[in-house]
Amino acid sequence: MSRNITLSIFRYNPNIPGDTPRMQDYKLEEYSGMTLFVALNEIREKQDPTLMFDFVCRAAICGSCAMLINGRPGLACKTLTKNLPSRFTLMPLPVFKLIGDLSVDTGTWFRNLQVRTESWIHTNKKFDPNALEVRMSNETAEAIYEPERCIECGCCVATCITANIREDFIGATGINRVSRFLIDPRDERTDREYFEVVGNEDGAFGCVGLMACDDYCPMEVPLQKQLALVRRKMAAAGLKLDLKGMKIS
Amino acid sequence: MSAKHTHITDVVVVGAGLAAERSAIEAASAGLNVIILSLVPPRRSHSTAAQGGMQASLGNAAMAKGDNPQIHFEDTVKGSDWGCDQEVAKMFTETVPIMIRQLDYWGVPWNRVVAGKKKLPSGLEVEDTKDKEGLITARDFGGVAKWRCCYTSDGTGHTVQFVVDTVVCKMGITVHDRMEAISLIHDGETCLGVVARCLRTGDLNVYLAKSTVIATGGAGRLYAASTNAVINEGTGGAIALNTGLVPLGNMEAVQFHPTGMPPVWILMTEGARGDGGYLLDKNLHRFMPDYEPKKKELASRDVVSRRMIQHIRAGYGVESKYAPQHLWLDIRHLGRKWVWTNLREIATIAMNFNGLDPAKDLVPVLPTQHYTMGGIRTNKHGFAYGLKGLFAIGEAACWDLHGFNRLGGNSLAETVTAGYLVGIQLAKYTLGATQKFDYKLVEGFVKKEEERIKNLISGKNGKENVWEIRAAAQNAMMDHVHIFRTGKSLQEGVAKLQELYKRSLKIGLRSSGQGANPELAQALRMPGMIRTSLCIAYGALMRTESRGSHFREDFPKRDDVNWLKRTLAYWKEGADLPTLDYEPVACPYMPPGDRGYGEATAPAKGK
Ligand SMILES: Cc1cc2nc3c(=O)[nH]c(=O)nc-3n(C[C@H](O)[C@H](O)[C@H](O)COP(=O)(O)OP(=O)(O)OC[C@H]3O[C@@H](n4cnc5c(N)ncnc54)[C@H](O)[C@@H]3O)c2cc1C
Ligand code: SF4
Ligand code: SF4
Ligand code: FES
Repeated sequence: MSRNITLSIFRYNPNIPGDTPRMQDYKLEEYSGMTLFVALNEIREKQDPTLMFDFVCRAAICGSCAMLINGRPGLACKTLTKNLPSRFTLMPLPVFKLIGDLSVDTGTWFRNLQVRTESWIHTNKKFDPNALEVRMSNETAEAIYEPERCIECGCCVATCITANIREDFIGATGINRVSRFLIDPRDERTDREYFEVVGNEDGAFGCVGLMACDDYCPMEVPLQKQLALVRRKMAAAGLKLDLKGMKIS
Repeated sequence: MSAKHTHITDVVVVGAGLAAERSAIEAASAGLNVIILSLVPPRRSHSTAAQGGMQASLGNAAMAKGDNPQIHFEDTVKGSDWGCDQEVAKMFTETVPIMIRQLDYWGVPWNRVVAGKKKLPSGLEVEDTKDKEGLITARDFGGVAKWRCCYTSDGTGHTVQFVVDTVVCKMGITVHDRMEAISLIHDGETCLGVVARCLRTGDLNVYLAKSTVIATGGAGRLYAASTNAVINEGTGGAIALNTGLVPLGNMEAVQFHPTGMPPVWILMTEGARGDGGYLLDKNLHRFMPDYEPKKKELASRDVVSRRMIQHIRAGYGVESKYAPQHLWLDIRHLGRKWVWTNLREIATIAMNFNGLDPAKDLVPVLPTQHYTMGGIRTNKHGFAYGLKGLFAIGEAACWDLHGFNRLGGNSLAETVTAGYLVGIQLAKYTLGATQKFDYKLVEGFVKKEEERIKNLISGKNGKENVWEIRAAAQNAMMDHVHIFRTGKSLQEGVAKLQELYKRSLKIGLRSSGQGANPELAQALRMPGMIRTSLCIAYGALMRTESRGSHFREDFPKRDDVNWLKRTLAYWKEGADLPTLDYEPVACPYMPPGDRGYGEATAPAKGK
């Protein structure tokens, strides 16, 4: 049952003077249930201790380990090698800054995204420690949880044409993040205020709607639905910009 | 080399998980400058992996009626097997409902009460009343008298960490991710900050602060099989221990969760049993009611884990491709809709890693290392013992909310509550403190780390292989310091670890160690990791009683006469074993008694 597999891995450490980008082959004996998490660690521990990659949860919930697996973005920790050909490539995600080999800097990118899109609840209410929570229907809570499930892995960004050519584009994840606040009754921003944040070519209008992102989201966040929601709201808000501060529904 | 960058701030927080960020928010709100350091971006911290929920006595759900902080307190103390600090448990249970509501105000989409009659999997009929509709609901969890585990589906840690991080972003708190603290700077009395290694470039950085907070999470990866993230190597505790002045408390108290999923040991949340799931043996018999007639699958974790191993030892384990011996988790009867809505993350995990659909398939489970009750010992305000200006919170700390067994859902709740309560104290302390500048002292600490790095690269001390030592140490913990412990086996474990410790001082790299080299990172951690393992193993050897998760087959009873005390482990320079000290555990509100479940209550049924 066991077969030999060859991982052809992108190598380049920009912090080592004189290092140059190249592909390097590693051979392994595959065994049942082997994931790329297991395979890459085995390579690091037995063959090449310099190999850089990122894993945290190894359970497909933290978003650390996205890479191009045989050309397609995906989470390495949940990828079983048996679903890949006996020889395949691993490359770092494009768009994000390379740290070394398969490791990219998604952290800085996503923090910038949060700050630029002001992704936090905007409210004028003060927190009252003695009051009960504001009531909300369970349906609304579940609707917010849906886009909130994004783990910021960057797969949708890596696969997006716009993000690959337009440096400041916030990507499907960014638009999805905004949608999460848009449907949250606790956020008091008007559509006009949202428009100022995402009603532009780096936001909702930069998206060309080909939906490559939707196919590659490992969390199956309904990107198509959330993107459509934001685009619709922003288009409407754009038309009615003169009606200052009105909520459009 | 010398430190590339020196950063001066009021507060440096080591860690960016929930405990860390919540305390940073409190300190920043008091007007202090705060820098957060983390191995990974905050939203990848292990807190995001928490599934089940957070305990708070809101009393909204039908099965939560009449709940209050006092009942939560009693559950916590019983769960801890009277090992916890009762004053801490009091503060905690009284504050946590406010924390849940504040998280709601910040944006956590807590699941809500839906009014109406419901039939539970147990057959019981309950009714959620109209007056509670739309308030935060709760699910059942192990070892509790009321339903009080607040949740968002089974992604509670994710939503809570993301929302707390939105506040950090909003406040503009500085985060240096991929920055690993590798030693504490101190003058024997006061902590002055940390030396950190950048995991992007490999450069050493110095952080000087009036207050240093350690919130580095658990140490599960000291074991070969753990539900913890791979970054949970207990380095925060290790660098504190390394000072020789700061003790680790109760390190022998290690929690094994009943339902890790082999062969990858990813957690199947307790929510699965909380929502009505069963444990089955090789005959597909539901065995827990035989052992624990009252609480069944929902006795505390230490008890369920022991009962499972006991049942396997009695010959009822399943042999399969997943593990040589395991049991089954059965949630099929909850229905497809429930499984794929309320237990969706674990359903996805079972599908991803074992190709199993829990709505129709049984899922293999086995008790797995899960939580570190012990940690940097602090007082009830979060001040670490031994050094001024040093604080610890969250799983890295022994604030001592959990004693010898943590209740499910009490840990996430602890992170934010301690973050808040300790945050207030820390801010107060910092506002009154003056910054100590002693550049010669600082330089000395940097030199020491440079020296270690140089020697690892040159192989001056030896050529031991770091990965081999790590694997051997992890296996020693599995073989000798697991659920069932005996003096003889612990003694062997200690000896093995001592040997490995000596070897860890002779590690030499096989690679050049240039840049953010991963082999060097591991090599720098290794001696500290084994010291911590020795604190666990040696603490367990010396504690000749059974309490909570610490179970000695040769001393199977709790011994309140001799052991109502907390272990404090110190590491003296040049030693190869920790020095153990003890302090009394006071029980001002609830004297030691019967837990209502477990071996002392329902003696093992000879099956
Ligand atoms: C799979 C799983 C599920 C769980 N589910 C639940 C649950 O449902 N309910 C519950 O109450 N509890 C649960 N727990 C326990 C709970 O999640 C953790 O105890 C809690 O989240 C720990 O939070 P923390 O802030 O202390 O640490 P963490 O969230 O682990 O954060 C630690 C931080 O420290 C950083 N760090 C570590 N070392 C260093 C260093 N040397 N230098 C710089 N930074 C460092 C890391 O980068 C990270 O940011 C679960 C645990 C696991 C493993
Ligand atoms: S649909 Fe929009 S966000 Fe998604 S890949 Fe296409 S351009 Fe990018
Ligand atoms: S939307 Fe999906 S693909 Fe994009 S970052 Fe989030 S989880 Fe990843
Ligand atoms: S390691 Fe967390 S998603 Fe892969």
